[in-house]
Amino acid sequence: MTDLVDLRGIAKSFGGVRALAGVDFTVRPGEVHALLGENGAGKSTLMRVLGGEMRPDSGEVRIEGQPVLFGGPREALERGIAVIHQELALAPDLSVAENIFMRELPRVIGWRGLNRRARALIDRLGFDIDPRRLVGDLAVAHQQVVEIAKALSREIRVIVFDEPTAVLAARDAERLHRIIADLRGVGVGIVYISHRLEEVFRIADRMTVMKDGRTVGTVTPQEAGIDDVIRMMVGRPLSAMFADKSRRQAGAEALRVENLRAGTRVRGVSFAVRAGEILGLGGLVGSGRTETARLIFGADRRDGGEIFRNGRKVSIRSPLDAVAAGIGLVPEDRKGQGVILGLSIRVNATMARLKPVVNPLGFIRRVAEKRLVGDLAGSLRVKTAGIEAPVSSLSGGNQQKVVLAKWFHVGGEVIILDEPTRGVDVGAKAEIYALIERMAAEGKAVIVISSEHQELFGLCDRVLVMGEGEIRGELPPERYSEENLLSLAMIRRDGELRMAG
Amino acid sequence: MTTTTAGTPDTTRSRTDIGELFHRYGTFCIFVLLIVGAHLMSPAFLTERNIMNVLRQISGTGIMAVGMLLVILTRGIDLSVGSVSALGSVLSAYLVASWSPEASTALVVLAGAGCGLVTGILVAYLRLPAFVMTLAMMTAARGLSLIISNGQPILLGDSGQAFTDFGAGFLFGVPQPVILMFAVFIVGGVVLGFTKFGRIVRAIGSNEEAVRLSGIAVPRYVCAVYVISGALAALAGIISTARAGVGSAQVGVGAELAVIAAVVIGGASLMGGRGGAVNTLLGAMVMGVISNIMNLANVPGYHQQVLMGAIIVVAVLLQHGTRWLRRH
Repeated sequence: MTDLVDLRGIAKSFGGVRALAGVDFTVRPGEVHALLGENGAGKSTLMRVLGGEMRPDSGEVRIEGQPVLFGGPREALERGIAVIHQELALAPDLSVAENIFMRELPRVIGWRGLNRRARALIDRLGFDIDPRRLVGDLAVAHQQVVEIAKALSREIRVIVFDEPTAVLAARDAERLHRIIADLRGVGVGIVYISHRLEEVFRIADRMTVMKDGRTVGTVTPQEAGIDDVIRMMVGRPLSAMFADKSRRQAGAEALRVENLRAGTRVRGVSFAVRAGEILGLGGLVGSGRTETARLIFGADRRDGGEIFRNGRKVSIRSPLDAVAAGIGLVPEDRKGQGVILGLSIRVNATMARLKPVVNPLGFIRRVAEKRLVGDLAGSLRVKTAGIEAPVSSLSGGNQQKVVLAKWFHVGGEVIILDEPTRGVDVGAKAEIYALIERMAAEGKAVIVISSEHQELFGLCDRVLVMGEGEIRGELPPERYSEENLLSLAMIRRDGELRMAG
Repeated sequence: MTTTTAGTPDTTRSRTDIGELFHRYGTFCIFVLLIVGAHLMSPAFLTERNIMNVLRQISGTGIMAVGMLLVILTRGIDLSVGSVSALGSVLSAYLVASWSPEASTALVVLAGAGCGLVTGILVAYLRLPAFVMTLAMMTAARGLSLIISNGQPILLGDSGQAFTDFGAGFLFGVPQPVILMFAVFIVGGVVLGFTKFGRIVRAIGSNEEAVRLSGIAVPRYVCAVYVISGALAALAGIISTARAGVGSAQVGVGAELAVIAAVVIGGASLMGGRGGAVNTLLGAMVMGVISNIMNLANVPGYHQQVLMGAIIVVAVLLQHGTRWLRRH
């Protein structure tokens, strides 16, 4: 059988930096071929070449045995190759249906027919989204569904998923996997890029590991285990990533919230976290965890509820108040809210606390700032050419370290981290875990929101599970299991199973 | 990929990025080419008298461009500067009849800042679109200056002698309004490059939400840039009165467009975050030189407007052309 896709000796350099150094990669009809590796290993570049967005410096792209030279993504699409990127390419102000059929909108739109076709596509994917809604109003997970529907709106032979489940909760991820199984059944070739190895092992037929622009090897889930793959990627096993929790000492209560409320998204949330403790917030996407974090940080207006720091009530109406009260937030959307991409590491790192680097006249003390940020970047092991480099030049993990550096510099006593390792490669993940553990060891009260269960269980001293804007229950370490967490997340207190999508 | 840990010296030489270089020095290149071209076209161009003339003509636009740059850096726009300068022109002639020149100047600048404060509050705190709010202020300020002047030019009397002296006077052989403009640019450049205020203004234009979530009172800074823009526009109005010897509500019609053009030719991005004081000054000078060349070449006034439009497009194309080149 001919391979659907046959990439041979693909090389690509940017300036002096070699992103791909002669990579071979094939996709067969009806297989799920996972592409693994740390960020910067060259996975995305390779997929850009396949998707026609980039021309390789050398090497050959063959589609069903025929050598091709794509002039752009459109030509790749015409050959049936669709790439779904991590950063979704949707128009937020257009409706779901318009987005799905963006490339083939007729001059005069027949709305009923268009909406019906969009509805049929989304139904096929097992989701319930009104095709007339604006994409900008949808949750990120549903936006992803729209992107997939868009790819399926035409005939495809190969589909590339770049980190599709990074923004999905477990249930939605499962539905996506069912979609992938269906596609695989009809002979579509699937390339699957993910940092979640458990799911890769569940769905992949073959796995290719990349490192530094080369392929390390291709294995099947039958012949290799998770630890083997991690070792291929970074050279150390998963269990070594977390510190021993039992030695952590929690102190006095640092933060307490009582009856926090905001519309239907947060409905009376109360909890407390102690100094030196790492508290986890688990649950499905849309369960109100991010919203709760933003209320505590003053990023959104709350309808009611009180916040106490060290037992004293504080008034938090804006992030300014929160920072003054010693609370920091590492937001979920790193590029949109965490860092200022175009500005340097130096500027980003001191943004939340300029006082130590500004003289009384308002002038920046550049020398002092350089020394301060240089030390900070060194101690957090930010991999960069220098602190004057723009944050956009860093990998996801290193960008996140810059956000952490910002809050280390502020030195607040409470820190809330929302999906701190989303889209971060395995190596940087381990480093970020170590930094979170260091925050707790320094006596900060740490709150971690995560959709990765292993991460919550590995890091946290206890986990609160949220559902539909309420806290459904608490898991102590001895009850840590995916089952316990999901049953709390999905079943209401009155025992009724949650049905909403 | 070659990376090093921060703190250790970087061993790989970063490649020269032509696009980045051009973005930084593109306006300067355009400016130099223009000077050379002008010199070849007319020997009258590179005379001290003509150069001083050009500089004096752009002094008002230049001063307003500093305020506009700050506004544009925050991803905003200020369409009211022309009208506020008219208000400044009328008010200065009106006030100086009964107040000292110093007090009049202070009051006029305060009035301009007041206009900026109104738009600033609407834009920054009530989060209304800058384009529409400054358009409203553009109409209102023009109307206000017509009311104050009763639609008539206000002649500077003897009490306004200090203004006339300033408008016509020289210091070290340089017209005083030009010195004022340079001073405003220097202060603007220093504030942008070396102070907390400048850094935050620039950061807001790059990613407002990230700045807000760093615990910074974003609206305070956004409001401040409109106040500064209003104050500088009123100051430009005083210069106009000082040079013409008369305060008029017809001053600065369409000036907002020339000011925005100067900032954009200076390489600033209307999407915020990008732009600098030096390049903005060069942008204002490019505009001045072009109109001067056309005068020297006896191009009729109406034709000049069409040509100016074309030239703005060419200048911005040159600014962005290299990015296109890099991609292909």
